Amino acid sequence: MFFVYPLVQSIIFSFNDLEVTTTGYKLNYVGLGNYRRAFLVDPNFRRVVVEAVTQMITDVPLIVIFSFFAATLLNQEFKGRALARAIFFLPVILTSGVIIAIENSDMLISMARSSFEEEATTGAVASVVQALELRRLLMQSRMDPRFIGYITGAIDNIYEVITASGVQILVFLAGLQTISPSLYEAAIVEGATGWEKFWKITFPMISPLILVNVVYSIIDSFTRPTNQVMQMIMDAAFKESSYGYSSAIAWVYFVTVMLILGVAVGIISKRVFYQE
Amino acid sequence: MSSVAMERQPAVTRGKARYSYFPLYRLRQLLWSVVRTILVMGICFVILYPLIVKFSVSIMDEMDLYDMTVRYVPKHFTLKNYETVWEYMRYPEAFMNSLRLSLLTSIMQLISCTLIGYGFARFNFPLKNLLFGLVIAILVVPPQTIMIPLFLRFRFFDVFGIISALRGETLNLLSTYWPFVFMSATGMGLKNGLYIYIMRQHFRGAPKDLEEAAYIDGAGPFKTFYRIMLPGAIPMMVTVFLFSFVWQWTDTFYSSLFLQKLWVLPTALSSLVPNVSKSYSAEQLGMMVYLSPAYASMLNNTGSILVVIPLAVIYIFAQRYFVESIERSGLTGM
Repeated sequence: MFFVYPLVQSIIFSFNDLEVTTTGYKLNYVGLGNYRRAFLVDPNFRRVVVEAVTQMITDVPLIVIFSFFAATLLNQEFKGRALARAIFFLPVILTSGVIIAIENSDMLISMARSSFEEEATTGAVASVVQALELRRLLMQSRMDPRFIGYITGAIDNIYEVITASGVQILVFLAGLQTISPSLYEAAIVEGATGWEKFWKITFPMISPLILVNVVYSIIDSFTRPTNQVMQMIMDAAFKESSYGYSSAIAWVYFVTVMLILGVAVGIISKRVFYQE
Repeated sequence: MSSVAMERQPAVTRGKARYSYFPLYRLRQLLWSVVRTILVMGICFVILYPLIVKFSVSIMDEMDLYDMTVRYVPKHFTLKNYETVWEYMRYPEAFMNSLRLSLLTSIMQLISCTLIGYGFARFNFPLKNLLFGLVIAILVVPPQTIMIPLFLRFRFFDVFGIISALRGETLNLLSTYWPFVFMSATGMGLKNGLYIYIMRQHFRGAPKDLEEAAYIDGAGPFKTFYRIMLPGAIPMMVTVFLFSFVWQWTDTFYSSLFLQKLWVLPTALSSLVPNVSKSYSAEQLGMMVYLSPAYASMLNNTGSILVVIPLAVIYIFAQRYFVESIERSGLTGM
């Protein structure tokens, strides 16, 4: 009720040209004009959407794998685990709502961060050498150069990956907690190795949540306010006040996102294990 | 991953004999714990770094910001920023309002999303797939898109014309908690699609045997849900609760849309700098005073820390339920 009605209204907007008048607003029917403008006239729209999609494809596997790894780490017993878990929870807080809004507008923090990133990438000579070594090592192993670029790029962007995976880490952690220990006990009695335990118990039991996290990461990557398409939609609506065009590109974008989600879910959910 | 570390030990040392003095195994375990410590500490440092900067800025005097020799440890230690921020955010009042609002919405969202998720996981009803597609669409479509219709709906609130027939006019629910109550109870609040999805996947992954046993013993669907399914879902529920609490606590979008008069923390934080500069301007007899960007950012950092601290405290409390449920989870075991 609260959702479908505005959604329908927005579809209607997208086929019209909205004019704000003194008594409210008036709709001029333009048919597919707004959509035609998005695809054929606007030079940026298609390029920006394609960029957003490539960005998503590079980010999502990294985030999901990293957060799964971090969650398994945090699920083990070691000293200071409670503290480490609390710290891993912080990105969820720090990237939410008003905090991130304040941070983005904040000069001092962004200065500090850029100097930190500089230090992290150029300052520590040893680590740079190591990265180069890693790259050479990978090159020598005759792997695909694109793959090597992906790995080293991931290491360079570690900050973004970590801050984007706070939610996923927590979901995985809770998932690991709900796996019954009796399964592991049975496996130990049967003489399963750690490797087998991981692939035969942990992985299938957690697989429904892998699906959730993939879906969430995809959506998060597409709809975070720094995403260029989102900025285009907002600009069209509030700077140029052409609501009709804004709704049209928003719809094209959402349909694209839903299609990609559909494909991803279709591929993954075949391998997901449900106890049904 | 201990699973990798234990990977190749001989079968004899496993099970009860796991803690025996098998030297190679001990060495491997030691090595792994060293690697793990370094990894965890490294990641923690990356996460904590911005927070440390925030904190060190918040206890500095403005002078220190212009001093190139000062990096993290302030030369002029002061709590003046905290005093200013405390006063201008009206912190106790904002804190209480925020606490009430966040607790209310997150508990309601937890209940509704758990129920909806269970419904999607276990029951069949017409249009199920379409409805679930809508749940995902809630996540994909940012709330800004449906901002104006939502606002109008709660400004002139009515249920099928009943209220306007009784009172002669529609209700204005803005600046009350009611919009949040309605949104949360119908599973429509901030990012509720995610919570529903999490709960659905969890319940689909849970074994069916226990439920069937409960049905055979004569329990109805609600009793089965309450007595059998919920205890196993506690870690998930804690997670959902934490997300919804945090996101409500820091949310500016809905709180500025529905609560223009109620003073909550996110509005307090985002209007902090304008308010301080306004009051300085009043002191200067109406002359407009702009705060220096450095000072403004100092205030913002201090304010952010004051907003973040309660959340960290809540997380540390909630964490206990993570551990407790392991002991309990024998209930959902196979």
